[in-house]
Amino acid sequence: MSSNASSAITATRRPLGRRVVDSGRAFAVWFGTFLLTLFGLLVITFALGLTSAADPALHRVGEHASEAVYQQARHNFGLDQPIPVRFANYVWGVLHGDFGISWSSSRSISEDLARVFPATVELAVVAIIFGATIGIALGLASALKPRGLVDNILRLVSLVGYSVPIFWLGLLMLLIFYATLHWAVGPGRLDDIVQYTITWHTGFALIDTLWAGDWASFVDALAHLVLPASVLAFYAIAGISRLTRAALFAELGKDYVTAARARGATQWQIVMGEAFPNVAGVVVTIVALSFTVLLEGAILTETVFAWPGLGRYLTAAIFVADMPAILGATLVIGASFVTVNAIADLLTKLIDPRLRT
Amino acid sequence: MTLANIEAATTQTSASSRRALRSVLASKTATIGIILIALLLLTAALAPVLAPYDPIAQDINNRLLPPSDAHWLGTDGFGRDMLSRIIFGTRPSLGLLALVIATSLPIGLIVGISAGFTGGWVERVLMRFTDIVMAFPQLVLALAFVAILGPGLVNSALALTLTGWPAYARQARTEAAAIRQSDFLAAAQMGGIRGARLLFGHVLPLVLPSAIIRVALDLGGIILAAAALGFLGLGVQPPTPEWGAMVSDGTKVIFDQWWVAAAPGAAILIASLAFNLLADGLRDILDPRRD
Repeated sequence: MSSNASSAITATRRPLGRRVVDSGRAFAVWFGTFLLTLFGLLVITFALGLTSAADPALHRVGEHASEAVYQQARHNFGLDQPIPVRFANYVWGVLHGDFGISWSSSRSISEDLARVFPATVELAVVAIIFGATIGIALGLASALKPRGLVDNILRLVSLVGYSVPIFWLGLLMLLIFYATLHWAVGPGRLDDIVQYTITWHTGFALIDTLWAGDWASFVDALAHLVLPASVLAFYAIAGISRLTRAALFAELGKDYVTAARARGATQWQIVMGEAFPNVAGVVVTIVALSFTVLLEGAILTETVFAWPGLGRYLTAAIFVADMPAILGATLVIGASFVTVNAIADLLTKLIDPRLRT
Repeated sequence: MTLANIEAATTQTSASSRRALRSVLASKTATIGIILIALLLLTAALAPVLAPYDPIAQDINNRLLPPSDAHWLGTDGFGRDMLSRIIFGTRPSLGLLALVIATSLPIGLIVGISAGFTGGWVERVLMRFTDIVMAFPQLVLALAFVAILGPGLVNSALALTLTGWPAYARQARTEAAAIRQSDFLAAAQMGGIRGARLLFGHVLPLVLPSAIIRVALDLGGIILAAAALGFLGLGVQPPTPEWGAMVSDGTKVIFDQWWVAAAPGAAILIASLAFNLLADGLRDILDPRRD
C-alpha cells in the first residue's frame, strides 16, 4: 500500500471499542453463515435419503419378511415417526458420529469414514503443496515478462488444465509412466507387503512410516503418492497460476508501480519486492480455495488410482447402491469442503482490510 | 421524455452488444472456440450422416480392434465402432449442457432480479441463501443426488442445477440493483407497469446479456461435470454412447487397448476446451483493465 492510502485510512479510523464490537459482529456473522451452511448440507443429505426409493427397513428384513417383522424394523429405524422428528434424530446421530450401518459391509459407516479420511487428506495436502509451489512460481514468472514465452505457455497450460477430464488424465498418466515407461509404481496407496506390516498411528502413511523409522516403507508410500498427487496438482496449478497472475497484473497497473518504474526499478524488483508481498494475502486465499477444488477432484482421482480414501469409498458405495454409506461420505466430504471454504473466506476478510466490516 | 429515455437505454444496449460481438470476433481464442463449438453442434446435428457405423451395433468378432482404415478409432469391447460412438456422444453431452442452462439460468435470474430489484430483507434473505448454496460442493452433491434418485440425463441435469444457479443469481442481483433507481424504470412504473411485467419486461432485458456471458464462462466446467457423472456410471445409461461412460469402459483395457479410453477422453477435452477458449476470450473483453 502506498503511504498516502494508509494515512487516509488512519484519518477515518473509528474508535477502538467500536472496531472491536464490529469485528466481533463480523466474526459472529461469519460463524453463523458457516453453521447455516453445514445445516443446509444436513438438510440436503436428509432429504435425499427421504426421497430415495430404497427403504432401509425393507433392506434390513428382506423382501420375504412378514408384515409384522417389517413394521417392527420400521419402528426400530424410527421410520414411523413424523419427518421433523426423524430429521432431529438424524442430526442428533450425525453430531454423535453415528452415520448408520453400511448396507454392503454391515460395518459402522463412521468407523469406515474415519479409516479412509486420512488417505484423502494426505493425497490432497501433498497435491496442494505441489500445486501451490508450481502455480505461484508460474504466476510470478509470467508477471515478470508479460506476453512473454512463460506467460503464453501458462495461458495454454491453464486452458488445458481447466478443460481436461481429470479421470482421463489419471488414466493416461498410469498408461504412460507406469505401464509403458515403468517410471512410477502402479495404483494403490502402498505395496501389499508394506500394507500389512505398517503400524498405523495417525493414518497418514508418510508420517506413520517415518514414526516407525521404516525408511523403505516411507519411500514406498511416497512413490505411490507421486502420480495421483501430480495429477491432482496439475488440476490446481491451472487455477492457482492464473489467479496469481491476474492478482499480480492488477497490482502492476497501480500508481506506486509506475512511480517505482520512474525511479528505475527493474521488473524483478517491482514484482518480487513490491507487487508480490502486496498480493500475498490474495494468494493465500486462492490456495485455500484450490484446496476445496482438490477435495472434489480427489473423488475421481482416487477412483482411477485405487486410492483407498473418501472419494473411492463414495464411488464404491455408489456402485453397490449403499445408500447410508453414500450419504455419510457425501456429508463428510461436503463438510470438509464447506469448512475449508469458510476458512478461506475468513482469511480473505482478515487479510484484506478493505473487506473488513 | 420517458420514451426518449427508454429508447436511449435500448439503443445503447444493442449498440454495445454489437460492439461486444465485434470484439469477441477480434479475440483469437474466442474465434477458435466459436469455430470448435460450431463444429460440435454440426456433428451433433448430422451424427446419423457422419457416423460410418451404427453406434450401438455389436460385432463380437471385431472386438477391441486397433485403429485402422475400416475403423479410424478402432472398436470397443463389444466390437462397436469408436468413431461412430464418439460422434453420437456429442448429443448427450450438448443435450445435458442445454438442459442444465435451461434450468439454472432462469432460477438464477428469478432469484437475482427479485433480490436486486426489491432490496431490503427480501434481498438479504435471498442472497444469504444464494451464498450458502454457492458454498456447497457441486460435484459431490450431484453424485449423491443422481446415485440416490437414479441415473439418467434429466436427473444429471437437475443434480448440476441444484448447485449451479447461485453464480447467475449473484450476477443478476448486482445488475438489477444497479438499475433499480434508474429513470426509465420510474417512468415505466408511472405508466402503470409493475410486478412481474416490470421485472421481466423491463429489468430482465438489461440483466440478461451479462447473465448469458456469465453462463458462457461455466460451459466447459459443466461438460466436465457431466462427463464425470458418466464416468461413474451415473449419466445417460448404456447402450447410448456417452463420452464419460466410454472412458470408464476403456479403463478395463487401458494397458492393452488404450485407444478405447483415450479417444472419448480426447473428445471431452476438445469439447470442454472449445467452451473454455470462448470463455477466455470473453473474460479478456470483459476485463476493464485490458490494454
